[in-house]
Amino acid sequence: MNEISLTHYLTLAAIIFTIGVVGIFLNRKNIIVILMSIELILLAVNINLVSFSMFLNDISGQIFALFILTVAAAEAAIGLAIIVVYYRNTGTIHVEEIDSLKG
Amino acid sequence: MIAHSIFFYTFSLIAIFSAIMVIASKNTVHSVFFLILDFISISCLFIMIGAEFLGMIMLIVYVGAVAVLFLFVVMMLNVAQQKNQWFESTSDNTHIPIGLLISVVIFFELLIVVGGWKYKPNLLSSVSVGINQNITNTHSIGNILYTDYIHLFQLSGMILLVAMIGAIVLTYRKRSGIKRQSYLSQISREKSDGVSLVDVKSNQGVKINE
Repeated sequence: MNEISLTHYLTLAAIIFTIGVVGIFLNRKNIIVILMSIELILLAVNINLVSFSMFLNDISGQIFALFILTVAAAEAAIGLAIIVVYYRNTGTIHVEEIDSLKG
Repeated sequence: MIAHSIFFYTFSLIAIFSAIMVIASKNTVHSVFFLILDFISISCLFIMIGAEFLGMIMLIVYVGAVAVLFLFVVMMLNVAQQKNQWFESTSDNTHIPIGLLISVVIFFELLIVVGGWKYKPNLLSSVSVGINQNITNTHSIGNILYTDYIHLFQLSGMILLVAMIGAIVLTYRKRSGIKRQSYLSQISREKSDGVSLVDVKSNQGVKINE
């Protein structure tokens, strides 16, 4: 085992980002899991920002990670509110049954 | 340095495993639990690399607020029984190979970027804000956040306010058939509406509700 470098952290972030994307692509049942996959993607971006910030010795990356955290929290709140309203109106949040737009 | 490597691989393996379980577990409540585990291991990584403030904030915001919000919604909507089995979908499964293919392509593109990435030679000299090693991580974040980035900081506060009001407005519903206190009619009530003075003669009663 050699020394942990920036590449290790970036690879970890790439793996978690890809898992989030897979979750969005392959999930056909439950829209809440899609929101959780979006949280995973934002988490991967945060890993990138923080590891660049520490390895390049620049504090600005952590500031922007903080802002991404804010936006992620707001997005989760609004998304879950929309899901609650949709479930109240239609009685389902299955991805396969949400087809009013016929896409 | 060997302990650093061991901790890094442990936390990142737990993080990757729980990320896979988030998207693959059949029960949505289990997905939320694995999401919590993922956030906790990533915040351990942050604390290990030296970003203590962000690690702790991740614990508070994600585990304390966002994951509990997810858990509340999952329990409120009764989706725990609706199994999350995307391999046994009823309709056609043509999206699965294409989705996997695109994901693999995305992963290898990211790996190529990481592998081919190099420091620009003059990047370190162009760094705007260096980390002072004499003060703590929280102190240095505060030094920058409240001076250089104060407008962005207040703007993110506005985003949170808008999100809060939006969530309340979206989920609010007026119910019929329940009695509510009406502040306006209480405040605007006059003395003449409620009280009337009657001159009562002796040995005669007063008719109420006439």
